[in-house]
Amino acid sequence: MRIGVITFPGSLDDVDAARAVRLAGGEPVVLWHGDHDLKDVDAVVLPGGFSYGDYLRAGAIAARSPLMQDVVDAAKRGLPVLGICNGFQVLCEAGLLPGALTRNSHLHFRNRDQVLVVERADTTWTTDFTVGQRILIPVKNGEGRYVGSDADLDRLEGEGRVVFRYADGNPNGSSRDIAGVASENGRVVGLMPHPEHAIEELTGPSTDGLGFFTSVLKAVVSA
Amino acid sequence: MSEDGTAGQGSATAGLSELDTGPGRLRNRLDTVDLAASTPADEQPFAELGLKADEYARIKDILGRRPTTAELAMYSVMWSEHCSYKSSKVHLRQFGDLPPSEALLVGIGENAGVVDVGDGYAVTFKVESHNHPSYVEPYQGAATGVGGIVRDILTMGARPIAVMDSLRFGRADAPDTARVLPGVVAGVGGYGNCLGLPNIGGELLFDDCYAGNPLVNALCVGVMRHEDVRLAKAEGVGNKVILFGARTGGDGIGGVSVLASETFDAEGPAKRPAVQVGDPFTEKLLIEACLEIFAQDLVTGIQDLGGAGLSCATSELASAGTGGMHVDLDTVPLRDSTLTPAEILMSESQERMCAIVEPDKVEAFLAVCRKWDVRAAVIGEVTDGDRLTVDWHGERIVDVPPRTVAHEGPVYERPMARPADLDALQADDAARLPRPGTPAELQAHWLAVVSSPDGADKTWVTEQYDRYVRGNTVLAQPDDAGVVRIDEESNRGISLSLDGNGRYARLDPYAGAQLNLAEAYRNVAVSGAKPLAVTNCLNFGSPENPEVMWQFAEAVRGLADGCRELGLPVTGGNVSLYNQTGDVAINPTPVIGVLGVHDDVRTRIPTGWRTTGETVLLLGETRPEFGGSAWASVVHGHLGGKPPAVDLGAERALRNLLTALAGQGLVSSAHDLADGGLAQGLAESALRYGVGARLRLDGDAFTALFSESTARVVLTTSDPGGVKTTAAWAGVPVTELGTTGGEALAVEGLLELPLAELRAAWSATLPALFGGPEHSTPFTVPTGAVPTA
Repeated sequence: MRIGVITFPGSLDDVDAARAVRLAGGEPVVLWHGDHDLKDVDAVVLPGGFSYGDYLRAGAIAARSPLMQDVVDAAKRGLPVLGICNGFQVLCEAGLLPGALTRNSHLHFRNRDQVLVVERADTTWTTDFTVGQRILIPVKNGEGRYVGSDADLDRLEGEGRVVFRYADGNPNGSSRDIAGVASENGRVVGLMPHPEHAIEELTGPSTDGLGFFTSVLKAVVSA
Repeated sequence: MSEDGTAGQGSATAGLSELDTGPGRLRNRLDTVDLAASTPADEQPFAELGLKADEYARIKDILGRRPTTAELAMYSVMWSEHCSYKSSKVHLRQFGDLPPSEALLVGIGENAGVVDVGDGYAVTFKVESHNHPSYVEPYQGAATGVGGIVRDILTMGARPIAVMDSLRFGRADAPDTARVLPGVVAGVGGYGNCLGLPNIGGELLFDDCYAGNPLVNALCVGVMRHEDVRLAKAEGVGNKVILFGARTGGDGIGGVSVLASETFDAEGPAKRPAVQVGDPFTEKLLIEACLEIFAQDLVTGIQDLGGAGLSCATSELASAGTGGMHVDLDTVPLRDSTLTPAEILMSESQERMCAIVEPDKVEAFLAVCRKWDVRAAVIGEVTDGDRLTVDWHGERIVDVPPRTVAHEGPVYERPMARPADLDALQADDAARLPRPGTPAELQAHWLAVVSSPDGADKTWVTEQYDRYVRGNTVLAQPDDAGVVRIDEESNRGISLSLDGNGRYARLDPYAGAQLNLAEAYRNVAVSGAKPLAVTNCLNFGSPENPEVMWQFAEAVRGLADGCRELGLPVTGGNVSLYNQTGDVAINPTPVIGVLGVHDDVRTRIPTGWRTTGETVLLLGETRPEFGGSAWASVVHGHLGGKPPAVDLGAERALRNLLTALAGQGLVSSAHDLADGGLAQGLAESALRYGVGARLRLDGDAFTALFSESTARVVLTTSDPGGVKTTAAWAGVPVTELGTTGGEALAVEGLLELPLAELRAAWSATLPALFGGPEHSTPFTVPTGAVPTA
């Protein structure tokens, strides 16, 4: 199964996302932001980093890159897409996911090992989890505070599109402890924490992050 | 090349407004080589530019005429203390005289030394200061300090893989510390995080002596294959000189150099910030572009632009090569079109590199730059002959032998004198200080040391750093050493530690340098790695003060002797002088970095206790040694006596033992004992995962807890017999301290310190000093709360 990982100028965790795909049993495919070429991948990961230096707004410039136009079109046709951290910001800026990520409430970049509670185990990226499961995933961001109007957040919750919530402490002041959300069809998921940093005992606080990648591989196989 | 503005020279000058218009009556004309030759008697502001009269005379002697203003500017920055190492050079030679090491592929003299770590991998690492800029503008000063050292590593042909930072500030509760520290930490994090380099460790210490002169030392480490090592030299007549990266602006003029912004008068150009402004996004693109350029073998030589900017890069490249280079300054991409040629030559704008490229590879080179949106311009070429020439608007403004600029600057044997107060200081023995008289006092002192700003939890800082990016970080702060995997197939990896106790060095700079070396060596060994090589950042006061010069010379001698005894090469380093406020110098602070190699990082030893029921062992011997200790400093505000005895033989034995234990898999945790002694080591081991211990301290419990005797490690094992057998083989004394478990550090018959109380005190200190309300709730490590797959 071919999982594309997009590299934008300033992407940092692209190598990590590719490693996660590989360790989960998939074939990582390098995608370049400037090409109009999705290389027939079965799913796409938008990795963490500081695309375009976070200039203008985090994710704003990358959301308008050539390849993102193809990603938006393909996502509308059902291509599974995962946005991690800066990738989540790009998905929000591109209109594939609702809400916005703003400066952390405490104004610092914060990197810690974070407990998340899984609220949806039926999205394309979370079928290997169970609802209510607590997973340990690193979070690291300066602009990770998820915000939306109360009405929008109510609607999002009503539609069951909150996929993960922070537990045992909210690292960035996100509304309603929201760590990740999904598109209506559950095939596009974005979250601030970094599952690609929790895939090996040697280098991560857990291996819980592998579940994202094994989930999508199963979805792709059965599709 | 150092970029530290602390290497100081005279104050800023009155002459800058004349820089490009020639002296005196000729000030409205471009000061060309021809003009200089025809107006030999014109006065030039050499003294204001920081040059001594004899140095200026030597420049005239070299050139056979007076220098042009552009030439004068180049010489003045390149002959400054931190570019020329003119006060330190005679001492630093001792590092070059160390016995040759098989591990050393590239030694001192290049941008960074290169070490063979096995399997065809080479590692380059270096630590450098950015002290003064960080005091003036904490965020940008620290950020560009990281940027500069990363480019040094990149220049060697390596992919940078991690950074570390060693930070020192004035008293933690001083108002100015609250101004400087948050900005420095945010700057180190802001730049490193955006570059995608994990921060794997460092130091954070406080002392009054750094109040007006904080120390910001940044380390970068990079990895490459042996055959990929690049050198900074310009060879091959006709090869092109390409400047790439950010455009050149007016920022940083006066950073490293003698020119400061106040010299601009009302009629001159606008005031320029003396501190450079960093753009890590551009540097990230520069890194990726460079690595692609290296992979396609498109350069014959490369140099980063740091302190002294183009002046340094062109003269060093030419000097190290065949000698000839011509640059057409009009081709340099500018951010500010009003810059004068001397300003362009001296600008310290960040994120720039200079490459030497064969003509038929120029197009491929430029194509890689285009792919990564990196600006690049051919600004000159390698010429035959031995002159560096620079033209501006078709006129020659520089014509110099590059070696005289870059490598043949002045060298001084500064007078030295043992500090007059040293005897009294050493006689003021910390052993005479009042000790805790009751178990309750002992417990109070324990808490005081552990919750002091030096001993306290550093999470407030390290949370602001990305330690995960690139996915190869095996250990990072608060572990004793940072450990990074460099090969995912073989699990080969490296280990690094940075240590620099200034109190010890103040009491005895020779021993102090060795103690810092020993601590860094021990930290690397504690992780299970084999120590391979040493880098250093020598932070001292003014070399014009004979007592400071003596401290410097003693520290260098101590470090060189220590490295000889441990069999380690010094691969390079950085000297930062003039770290003082008024006449008062900082404590001499030689920060020592040791690099080690892990054949298999899976055998690394972490620091914290995870498991109940394991035996706690103390390796090494504890003597009543309190001089310069954390206890004396925290409890009594005292600095006096002699530092703990250096025993490098014992350090070696300990290292052999730890390597063996790591290989046997006999140890579940190990923690080096240094500042704060066993008290600090036990607290950090227990708090890491919330596992306490029941302990027996035979003999004097105070000495056991607070002595800072060296060559000691506390470890835990489920096989104490096995460890003891191996320790006997290695000749390392072992003391059984007790068993892990419970929710307290309990010392039999004396005291029981609940971990909750310890954690509250330990983790509240920095947030209370520097954090807002959201930082005041200690965050506990959630490990254990979640079952991992």
